[in-house]
Amino acid sequence: MTKAPAIEVGEWQRVSRITVVVNTLRSAAQALIPIGFALYGISSEGGRGGFAALLFGLGGLALLGLFVGGSWLAWYRLRYRVGENDVRVEQGIVSRSARSVPYDRIQDVSLEQKLLPRLLGLVEVKFETGAGGKDELKLSYVSEAEGERLRETVRALVEEEGAAASTAADPLTRHDGEGVAEQVPGETLFRMDTKRLFVFGLFNFSLVVFALLLGAMQQLEFLLPFDPWDYIADVFSDDNIAEAGALVNSYSTGAQIVAILYAIVAVVVVGMASGLVTTFVRDWEFRLDRTAKGFRRRRGLLTKTDVVMPVHRVQALVLKTGMIRRLFGWYGLSFISLAQDAKNANHDVAPFARLEEIAPIAREGGFALPGEDVAWHRPSTKYRTDKLVLSAGTCFVAAFLFLLAKIALPPEAQGLGLGAVIMAALGVIFAVQQLFLWRFQRHAIDEAYVYTRKRWLSPRTAIASRVKLQSVEVAQGPLAGWRGYADLNLGLAGGTFRIEGLPVEEARRIRAKVLDSIAAVDFANLPR
Amino acid sequence: MDSEPLTKLDPAYTTVMRIEGALTVLPFLVIALVLGVAGVLPQPYTWAPMIVPVLIAIVFVLLVPVKRFMARGYQFSDDRLRVVKGVLFHADTVVPFSRVQHLDVEQGPLERAFGIARLILHTAGTHNSSVTLPGLAHADAVSMREEIRAHVKRESL
Repeated sequence: MTKAPAIEVGEWQRVSRITVVVNTLRSAAQALIPIGFALYGISSEGGRGGFAALLFGLGGLALLGLFVGGSWLAWYRLRYRVGENDVRVEQGIVSRSARSVPYDRIQDVSLEQKLLPRLLGLVEVKFETGAGGKDELKLSYVSEAEGERLRETVRALVEEEGAAASTAADPLTRHDGEGVAEQVPGETLFRMDTKRLFVFGLFNFSLVVFALLLGAMQQLEFLLPFDPWDYIADVFSDDNIAEAGALVNSYSTGAQIVAILYAIVAVVVVGMASGLVTTFVRDWEFRLDRTAKGFRRRRGLLTKTDVVMPVHRVQALVLKTGMIRRLFGWYGLSFISLAQDAKNANHDVAPFARLEEIAPIAREGGFALPGEDVAWHRPSTKYRTDKLVLSAGTCFVAAFLFLLAKIALPPEAQGLGLGAVIMAALGVIFAVQQLFLWRFQRHAIDEAYVYTRKRWLSPRTAIASRVKLQSVEVAQGPLAGWRGYADLNLGLAGGTFRIEGLPVEEARRIRAKVLDSIAAVDFANLPR
Repeated sequence: MDSEPLTKLDPAYTTVMRIEGALTVLPFLVIALVLGVAGVLPQPYTWAPMIVPVLIAIVFVLLVPVKRFMARGYQFSDDRLRVVKGVLFHADTVVPFSRVQHLDVEQGPLERAFGIARLILHTAGTHNSSVTLPGLAHADAVSMREEIRAHVKRESL
């Protein structure tokens, strides 16, 4: 099964035989952990458990046989066909499901390699219909070469269906040659070398690893030789903490400072290391190409993904940055597109780049970054006032309640004054935050695009093409209705696009403009 | 187009909403009746629980249907449909026919009894992926669907 035969249109095929191995290993690995724990439990019970362990071993073997048999049956009962009008997949051991996806509906074909299939040279082929998530048609697994060929064949057929005009071109004869031609790599738009990845990783500082450790501790605590929770409780209950405190107090001031610095450095180092690891794993050999079929993005260390996004399917751009990385001039660009990227609706196309690297990518996607001449507008001042009053007001009310409680309750009640002060301070902070957020929340519209920009320290800019919007809604809650502002919801395929807190007249004006651009072009006539 | 008057929905829609409101009152009414008949509460308050269904009935049978009916409306023009709704949360949505993916005309049992229907426009957008216009006379809904369909060159993508 090293060389896959060329794809024959209209022939039923089976996926790669090695799939059986992958699926067996996967289901075994899932069962292994509980079995392992059970075995561990039995063996630690002492000598009497010997017989039980033997039984268990036999049971494990039987289970393994079951996994192999099941995987083989599943493989045997799974077949697919690349037909003239659709892709069909029939599967199921007992209850069969037959699925057909017409080329008309296929948005894209993507390939994904998880670690295990990758080691065995297999890929998962996904036929994206825009249905998203579990509803997508998947073929797991075929050999890499077969996957590539499948993709090219199906994509060519999809294209043909889209063209619709080419009436009786026989797919059999036409596409064998084209599949080969597509192998020519396109122009590379963006790639991240190891140095860039390293810097990106540093900015991806994350303390998630601590949460993971805590979670793992909770799951696996029965394996530890001591009970961590008891240990922690002991630290507090048995005055160990006081002892520790006394110990720290006995140090000189210099030593105390060093200890604190050490703790901070340790946390920062762990945070950066976990950021680096996740970044390297996800974005290893990140590469964005412009091929004849659209944007092609490859990335991943363990799970390698290879996604192609046709240019016309890009609905909007999102330009993001972070609080600190902005100061160093780093930005991230993603596309909002009909087909979905893993769990994310946005496709990262340049996660960590300079603006001058991003601009050409945006241009390739048929978009332009907002220039100097774009006339930005802010939301209604009433919207700002209302948000400010609501967020700061609740804090002030809480502060007031604390004060009331302080007066009403007997003097023994502790901490009420402090509570009032904290709440009032929070109120002031929220008020200032809202003021700044309002200052940095903007929108603009020009001949071809609608822009929004929001957030103060880590600005996020979204750019949508006017003709590619689907519907326009002016929405008002009770407060907004009374105060005369509204949110403008623009229907965007694959994402959301809204402008908040506009004066109603302005919302209506923007709506009229956008609607005129939309209505001028029929959906079917959009570049496809 | 914002200044043009909205087309009102079919008056039967109010009746349907009233009946739906009455159905929500029903369980509360039963509970209040049971409490009253069983005499759970002391003498002068035996029938006090009736206040709850009465209040709910006033709101959901008398007030809300009328308010909703007044707030709703639509405007059908050459190339777009505007749907307005919402008493407290007001929404004014416009769907150009050129962006309609497919169309539904739906009728529940109550709606069928009163000869009204819902017209549902599906778009490719994530927000407003389906825009519903309820309370149309069934014949109107069908003719609107046909007209929009004539605009939709390709029905699906």
